[in-house]
Amino acid sequence: MRVLGISAFYHDSAAALIADGRLVGAAQEERFTRKKHDSGFPQNAVQYCLDEAGIKLADVDYVAFYDKPFLKFERLLETYLAYAPRGFQSFRMAMPLWLKEKLFQKMLLRDEMKRWQPDFDWNKRLLFGEHHQSHAASAFFPSPYEEAAVLCMDGVGEWATTSLAWGQGNKLEMLKEIHFPHSLGLLYSAFTYYTGFKVNSGEYKVMGLAPYGEPKFKDTILKHIVDLKEDGTFRLDQSYFDYCTGLRMTNEKFGELFGGKPRKSEELLTQHHMDLAASVQAVTEEIVLRLARSVKKDAGAKNICLAGGVALNCVANGKLLRENLFDGIWVQPAAGDAGGAVGAAFAAYHGYLGQARKLNGHLDGMAGSYLGPEFADDEIEKRLTAAGARFTKLGRAEIIERTAQALADEKAVGWMQGRMEFGPRSLGARSILGDARSPTMQKTLNLKVKYRESFRPFAPAVLREDVGRYFDIKTDSPYMLMVAPVNEDRRRAMSAAEQALFGIDKLNVPRSDIPAVTHVDYSARVQTVHKEINAAFHDLLSSFKAKTGCSVVVNTSFNVRGEPIVCTPEDAFRCFMGSEIDVLVVGSCFLRKEDQDPALKLDYKNAFELD
Amino acid sequence: MGSILVELWAFMRERKKFWLLPILIMMVIFGGLIVLTKGSAIAPFVYTLF
Repeated sequence: MRVLGISAFYHDSAAALIADGRLVGAAQEERFTRKKHDSGFPQNAVQYCLDEAGIKLADVDYVAFYDKPFLKFERLLETYLAYAPRGFQSFRMAMPLWLKEKLFQKMLLRDEMKRWQPDFDWNKRLLFGEHHQSHAASAFFPSPYEEAAVLCMDGVGEWATTSLAWGQGNKLEMLKEIHFPHSLGLLYSAFTYYTGFKVNSGEYKVMGLAPYGEPKFKDTILKHIVDLKEDGTFRLDQSYFDYCTGLRMTNEKFGELFGGKPRKSEELLTQHHMDLAASVQAVTEEIVLRLARSVKKDAGAKNICLAGGVALNCVANGKLLRENLFDGIWVQPAAGDAGGAVGAAFAAYHGYLGQARKLNGHLDGMAGSYLGPEFADDEIEKRLTAAGARFTKLGRAEIIERTAQALADEKAVGWMQGRMEFGPRSLGARSILGDARSPTMQKTLNLKVKYRESFRPFAPAVLREDVGRYFDIKTDSPYMLMVAPVNEDRRRAMSAAEQALFGIDKLNVPRSDIPAVTHVDYSARVQTVHKEINAAFHDLLSSFKAKTGCSVVVNTSFNVRGEPIVCTPEDAFRCFMGSEIDVLVVGSCFLRKEDQDPALKLDYKNAFELD
Repeated sequence: MGSILVELWAFMRERKKFWLLPILIMMVIFGGLIVLTKGSAIAPFVYTLF
C-alpha cells in the first residue's frame, strides 16, 4: 500500500511517500526550484519521491492533500461576515484569488495528477485531511511512541490554531481545538511583523533576538492582549490586531500599547525591539508550558508529540523539556506546513486505510529526516566536472580526516553527504560546518559566508555520547529542536561593558570555550549526532574530537541568506563559489577554494531576495 | 465548474451551513465577472491566512 502526501498552494510545498508503512522519501519543492518557500504544486518533489521508490504514479494507491480548502473558505467567509463592513479591502483582494484558484484545488490536484497518469480516475484516489489532523499525524505516527498526547500549535489552517489529539497504535483522535482568530502562531507573527521581520519566515529571528532583551512587556501582553487561562487555553483581544480584516498583522491600538509604529525592515534594531521579542517569547513559553501541564494533568500522558510552526520554537521546546513533565518529547522535524505532506500521508495510511503501525524500537520513523535526494559518487564527479570544479577524489577515511583537519584549521566547510534533510534544519547532510572553539568563527560565518543579520547565533552539532560534557541536556536532540544551556563550567562571565554590547559585538565576546555556538544567554540549539543515524557525520565529529579534544562543531544550513538549502552538487558548488566557504566536500570529492578557477566566482551576496 | 458546485453543496450539507448558499451564489456571479474581465488575483500580504 502506497500513499503520496502533498502540501501545497500556501507556502513550503512538499511531497512525501509512504510505502507499506515506511516513509520512503520526502522533500520540499523549494529545494528543486530554488525559490524559497515555493508554494506551487510540488511536481519535482513528487517526481523525486516516485523515483526514490522506483515506481510510477500509477503504483500509488492514494494521494492525500494536507488540508481542506472548502473548510478554509468557510472560515474566510465567516470571518469577513463577522467583521463586515470592515475588511472589505482584504475581502476584495482575497476573493479573486479564491474564486480563480484556491477553491478549485481539488481540480488543480486532479489535473496535475492527470499529467502523470491521464487514464486514472483521480477523484477516487484523492483524499483530504484537515490541517491540524495532518500536523498531528506527522507528529505522532513517525514518533517512537505507542501512545502519546499530541499538541499542535500554528498560525492557522482551516479553523484550528491549537489542537490536542491522542495517539494510540494506529489511531489518532482529535480531542480539543482552539479556533481562529485566537492563535499563538499569529500572536508570534504579529510581533514578528511589529519588530520589522517578514511574517511566516522571520519568526525564528524574533526567537534569536529575544535573549538580547528583557521580557518587560510580558505582563502588558497578558493584561491587554492575551486572556490566558490556567489550563493554557487563551483568547486574543482582536481590537489590537488587523489580520482578520486588513492586510497588516497589527493596528494602531497595538502600536499605542507598545510605543509607536511597527519597525520597518531596514530600520535599526533597538533595545525596545529586543525587549518586545523577549516578551512575546516569554508569553509563548508560558502558554506552551501551561498547555503541556494541562495535557499531563487531564490525559495523564507519559509522552508528548509536537508539531505545527510553533513547535519549531526550540527555546520553548527546551523549556518544556526541562519541566520534566513527560518521559518523552518528540517534535516532528518538519513541524511547519511542509511536514503536512508527511502527516497527510500517514493520516490516510493509518487513519483512513486502517493499516497497522510498526514501531522501530527507540528509533523514530523519520530516519534522521534524511529523506531527500542523494547522489552517487560517479554522478557527483560528473556533475562537478561539468560545473568546472577542480577537486580531489578521496576514500572515505581520507575524506573524514581531511575535513576534520580543515575544521581544526578554522576553515568554513561546506559539507554535502548522503540524503538531503527534510524540514527547515540542516542536520549534517547539507551543512556549513565550522570550529565551535574559534572565537572568530561566528563572525566569519555570519558576515562572510551566510551574509545574514549579525545578531543571529549558530547551532552546535555534538556527538550524542558527549552531549552532557557540554550542554545541560540528557535526551536525544537529533533534529536541533531543543535549546539547552551550556554547562556552567564551560561558561565565561561577561563584564558590564560586554553585557551592554549588541549583535555581532556581543556575540563576539567569548562566553564559553565553545563561543561560536553559545548565545548571549548561554543557550545553544543542540543537535545530537548519532552513529546509527548519520555515520559519516558521526565519524567526522569523532575525527575532529581526536584532533582537538572537542566533540562540537558549528552546524548551519548550507545556503546564503534567502536561498533554499542546497540540494544538488551544482547547488553546493555555486554556493561555495558565491561565498567565502573555504572547503567543499561533496561525497568523496574534496574541493579547496584556492584550487578553483577564479572566473567561476559568483556574486552571491545579492542573488537572493532577503528573507 | 459543475463538479465544484456539487461538491460545495455536499460540503454545506455536511457542515449544515446552508446560510452560505446566498453568499456562494453571489460569489459565483462575482467570480464569473472576474474571469470574464480577467482581473488579477493577487495574494494579500498576510498570506498565512489565505
